[in-house]
Amino acid sequence: MVDVPLGSIGAAPAAAVDDVELYHPHSWLTKYVFSQDAKIIAIQYSLTALSVGLIALVLSWLMRLQLGFPGVFSFIDANAYYQFITMHGMMMVVYVLTALFLGGFGNYLIPLMVGARDMVFPYVNMLSFWIYLLAVLILVASFFTPGGPTGAGWTLYPPQAIMSGTPGGQDWGIILMLVSLMVFIIGFTMGGLNYVVTVLQARARGMTLMRMPLTVWGIFTASFMALLAFPALFVGAVMMLFDRALGTSFFMPAIAEMGQPLERSGGSPLLFQHLFWFFGHPEVYIVALPAFGIVSDLISTHARRNIFGYRMMVWALLAIGALSFVVWAHHMYVSGMNPYFGFFFATTTLIIAIPTAIKVYNWVLTLWRGDIHLTVPMLFALAFIVTFLNGGLTGLFLGNVVVDVPLSDTMFVVAHFHMVMGVAPILVIFGAIYHWYPKVTGRMLNDALGKLHFWITFLGAYAIFFPMHYLGLMGVPRRYYEIGEMSFVPPSAHMLNAFITIVALIVGAIQLVFVFNLFWSLRHGRPSGGNPWRATTLEWQTPETPPPHGNWGRELPVVHRWAYDYSVPGAAEDFLPQNQPNAQARQGTSNE
Amino acid sequence: MSSILLFLSALLPIGMWWLLRQGVMSKPWLEQGVVEGLPGPPPTSAAKVGLGVFLAVIGSLFALFISAYAVRMQMPDWRDVPLPNILWLNSGMLLLSSIALQGARNAARDGDAMALKIGLLAAGVTALAFVSGQLLAWRQLTGNGYLLTSNSANAFFYVLTGIHGLHVLGGLAVLGRTTAAAWRGRLSERLKLSVELCAIYWHFLLVVWLILLSILAGWAGSFVEICRQLLT
Repeated sequence: MVDVPLGSIGAAPAAAVDDVELYHPHSWLTKYVFSQDAKIIAIQYSLTALSVGLIALVLSWLMRLQLGFPGVFSFIDANAYYQFITMHGMMMVVYVLTALFLGGFGNYLIPLMVGARDMVFPYVNMLSFWIYLLAVLILVASFFTPGGPTGAGWTLYPPQAIMSGTPGGQDWGIILMLVSLMVFIIGFTMGGLNYVVTVLQARARGMTLMRMPLTVWGIFTASFMALLAFPALFVGAVMMLFDRALGTSFFMPAIAEMGQPLERSGGSPLLFQHLFWFFGHPEVYIVALPAFGIVSDLISTHARRNIFGYRMMVWALLAIGALSFVVWAHHMYVSGMNPYFGFFFATTTLIIAIPTAIKVYNWVLTLWRGDIHLTVPMLFALAFIVTFLNGGLTGLFLGNVVVDVPLSDTMFVVAHFHMVMGVAPILVIFGAIYHWYPKVTGRMLNDALGKLHFWITFLGAYAIFFPMHYLGLMGVPRRYYEIGEMSFVPPSAHMLNAFITIVALIVGAIQLVFVFNLFWSLRHGRPSGGNPWRATTLEWQTPETPPPHGNWGRELPVVHRWAYDYSVPGAAEDFLPQNQPNAQARQGTSNE
Repeated sequence: MSSILLFLSALLPIGMWWLLRQGVMSKPWLEQGVVEGLPGPPPTSAAKVGLGVFLAVIGSLFALFISAYAVRMQMPDWRDVPLPNILWLNSGMLLLSSIALQGARNAARDGDAMALKIGLLAAGVTALAFVSGQLLAWRQLTGNGYLLTSNSANAFFYVLTGIHGLHVLGGLAVLGRTTAAAWRGRLSERLKLSVELCAIYWHFLLVVWLILLSILAGWAGSFVEICRQLLT
């Protein structure tokens, strides 16, 4: 290997964060509760998001009980069903997945992986979490208000979202939902600024952009996208709040309610759809890009092989990020748009398949002839690849206008969406937790429980969502409280629905094993040491595990190589940490 | 939705230029060793970069509001709001505020503590005058019967000016702290940075306000119309 003069790369970032700039906790309260340490904030974010996830899981159970055994459970009426759907969707997409990937993993991994002591604005970072918690509390509070939470569907389309026919439409439900979203966006913006600027400004010496692990690239790109896309939801929420609370007509057309014409006119419901999906589609990739990044690192580490096509992986992330802003209207094919628009958005949608396919090929090629260790994180990463591929392929169906129009209101969309944005990222979250838990706690998660958790979750998720594709092709509609007797729905569809419900109950219950594992291993897990997976990236090279406040002790790490020097021929070990200087690596030649 | 796409396509070349400068074309697997001792532009402070990213977020927010405005104004029930004359005075105040803060920034750079204090105070007073002027404009409009609910043009006027005003108020809170620091302490690097950040933020809000004003007054629409006619 030659030492290339990196003239084209520009100035190296500052060598160290001055000690005076670093915040120091003084009491138990500032150390563990109102902490400005990104690692504590990450744990706070993650635990809050996982708790919201458990609530959303129970909601999905209730929904499935109704679909599988209609009429058996008297407490689930049509209103309650729509409330469950709405809250499940919004919680999972925004308050769980976004918060966990960016607030949780972003906070924990960015400073450690780029070799910083902390985020650049620790105080703002702390505020970000507390505002997020406030948003969660406002959202959960809507369960306890008269009329209950909103049942408008997670897309909150007006005019129905703010009318009396919809649960929560004329009560507190929709107001709390909109306020909670606005609060969430304000909190996220504070966090997002931190994630982006930390990557830009606080990298350790030698950590050029192209030496960053793909996890950081994924979270960085996604944060940037979220910063630009969330304002669209904010704008939509502000305007809908005006419509609902003050009686304006931004989105409300001339409309009658219960036979009475309302004093509204001229508003454009389509405008809200544009705003919502201008946020909504990037949101899919805001969740997917961190997952892509994390999976790349898991696969490379556990297959002991450098990531195939690192540059292509980075470019693909960036390309997906940019393209995802010009595909939003493919969610609106059925709203009746100009056919040329439909053509344009179908084209851009299908073009996204190219960078995405590059990523999938590169993962597979990374695995090829690798020294694959089927650890629990690796199992989840492999499961992600197949699941994402599966969901991505049905996405190609739905991206075409003529295929989408008949399928749009069927369970096919539910199946596609849950495969690609529900199951796939959650598999990554699990894999990532199994992977980084040793760094967070100093102990390994229990392996046997982990494998049990993996197999039931993975196979169960397929048993739940795979049959939904067939239901959708059969014409079984989504969003319906009760299918009832329809000539095109055979009795077998009802049996399938009951089967899906039973599997969903089992898969949901097995998550308790995971939760148990999280707490049990905290005390009884096998001590992991600093680098149990023998990984190259900086977070595994901290002097202490779990890393203390300030991460690195007296001296910041200096980065000498990229993040993927696994199985370098001639090297003593099968991995070369990023901060290992030249001298010790001289025995190796090249890893090409 | 063309305004937001225009805004994003303006960000795109900045992002691409930055990525290229940061070596997104390099081959990290061939390179080893530490990058150092290279001449480069002076490192920008994290706060300044953070402000830059934050301005991109605010830009996106306003571009989206403007997009929504452009969609909604094509509906047949739209009745333009006659702009209250006080808006011209307000615009002048915001312009003066920006100039004063730029003066403060220059004074901080030159180490002139007295001019700095005067500049900061003048900027604060004129910005407050702007906000109160906007409130007066609201009162004039409601007094003349242009209520929030009577037409969406009115609603957009209140929402756009309101959101912009909130951003000015947020800036005023920071400016207040900076002014207090200028009064108390000596001219530290930290203070200079604060003044500079305030000035950048102020200029940005001034530009946003001028764009909003041109849209509320309908000039932007006519401008786009002229461009369209030239092109076709």
